[in-house]
Amino acid sequence: MVVEFGEEIDLDTSRKVTALHARVTALKLSGITDLVPTFRSLAIHYDPETVNFTKLENKPRSILPDLSVDKFSGRDWSIPACYDLDLSPDLEAVADTCSLSTEQVICLHSSGTYHVYMVGFLPGYPYLGDLAPEIALSRKVTPSLRIPARSIAIAERMTAVYPLESPGGWHVIGRTPMKLFDETATRPALLAPGDRVRFTPIARSEYDHLLQIDDGINSAQPQSNPAT
Amino acid sequence: MTSTLLVHKPGLHTTVQDLGRHGLQSMGVPVSGALDSTALRIANHLVGNKPTTAALEVLGSGPDLEVKTESVRIAIAGGDARIERLSPNPGRFRTFESFCLQRGDLVRIGAVTDMAMTYLAVEGGFDLPLAMGSFSTYTRGVFGGFKGRALKTDDELSLVLPAAPDRDESLFAERALPGELPIRIIPGPQDDYFSPATLQALVSNEYTVSTTVDRMGMRLQGPPLEHARGFNITSDGTAPGSIQVPGDGLPIVLLADRQTTGGYPKIGCVISADLPTLARLRPGNKIRFVLSTLEQAAEARRDRDNWFAIFRTQIKRTDASGIIDATALQTENLVSGVVGPDDPTDSAR
Repeated sequence: MVVEFGEEIDLDTSRKVTALHARVTALKLSGITDLVPTFRSLAIHYDPETVNFTKLENKPRSILPDLSVDKFSGRDWSIPACYDLDLSPDLEAVADTCSLSTEQVICLHSSGTYHVYMVGFLPGYPYLGDLAPEIALSRKVTPSLRIPARSIAIAERMTAVYPLESPGGWHVIGRTPMKLFDETATRPALLAPGDRVRFTPIARSEYDHLLQIDDGINSAQPQSNPAT
Repeated sequence: MTSTLLVHKPGLHTTVQDLGRHGLQSMGVPVSGALDSTALRIANHLVGNKPTTAALEVLGSGPDLEVKTESVRIAIAGGDARIERLSPNPGRFRTFESFCLQRGDLVRIGAVTDMAMTYLAVEGGFDLPLAMGSFSTYTRGVFGGFKGRALKTDDELSLVLPAAPDRDESLFAERALPGELPIRIIPGPQDDYFSPATLQALVSNEYTVSTTVDRMGMRLQGPPLEHARGFNITSDGTAPGSIQVPGDGLPIVLLADRQTTGGYPKIGCVISADLPTLARLRPGNKIRFVLSTLEQAAEARRDRDNWFAIFRTQIKRTDASGIIDATALQTENLVSGVVGPDDPTDSAR
């Protein structure tokens, strides 16, 4: 079952999806096996032997008329980002294509506050937007076969962090020492739809240091005071 | 002393799978689990396991395993394969029946001859750590099952039971899985990205399973489907059996390891009861689709449950010599199709 709110990517649609996700989760309905919020819709996976479609359909339908969208109900994250060229294979090409310096690309990327639209593609892979239009590029024509884990990448008006090593078509412009997915954690994915993310530039020495002392997710905490 | 199965040869792609990892798709974690959940349940039932117990999914051809415990009860169900004890006493076993192996036995599961996969269940299951609530292997994420990957030579799979409990073996004499073609589909959710004629073409065309098939999806070959509104959508959730149509118009049916979200329009979805039937197909096999409804899909699920209820009554018990136990047969006749509480194959573990 899919509850559709629109066909485009926009913040308002995303907030409605997140709000419905929270409301349906709170109902703790038996027969629902999974809820998947995306840019535009909430997918409701259910077990037809426990609950039938018509009966289940009434639940989101009854919530929709008074679905209130909070201004901000997520968590705020500051993710350290190292834009060292050794870790950023596509940074110079992105700068060239956009007729900018690499410093300007870094500045544009790290000055944005990004909304987590959804988590998909890979375990823990967050779709973050909206990226500055000055550095919005189409995906690569030929995807890279091996993008290292923790790579920070951009495509269109989105940025993301690859939680695992994977093939991928996005432009890699940095890397974080933080682990965005840990299957042994109570909450395996660090980010959730509705959270806000900023990237904080760090030097290569700090990146190496954090990578050594910080095995990622355990020491990563949301900031207590949401940046407004 | 530890109880294990030692892998002498891993087979083509052998992974530990159960019925999947549910409830984490919002974090991008695929469901995974057995491609043919029906065969997995049968194999488990034959060794007296719960249907949710993890077993080995053997794609293409199976492993050579050495028994490094007192004894182990095994059943293989799904596709047919030659099952051979190579040493010390050469002998043959068959699919759809349980059998015991003793310490030192080396058994070979050969090529799966009639479908894509078969399942090997051991009584009591494997002693493995749970990954996010499931034993299913997701190789791309390197988690679940045995070290998050397919088996390799010299792996040692720990067993829960050090020895096979002493009792009769179980046999499903029909040795056949339920399910038939055509594959039933429900249109949507992006059937509006295609003209009604294109949806009609999907169910009138014959497709062939291509060689591009893995646990994530099955690419089909045949007449391309034409998009009416482009082939990029804003990503939304996928379902097991979703039929994605990328730019080249050739449909891809999403399987167990599918991505939780996707950016290609989905013209339809295979009903869940027919997913095992579809997953069994091999490259070169022909496939046809037929339109169905939600009501028919729910009915098909009930039919499958009924099939299992009947299946349980058809299990014959044989003693170690392979002779069917007359008393067991008689008991089953007396209760006319209802499985008694003393049926060892039904004892939940």
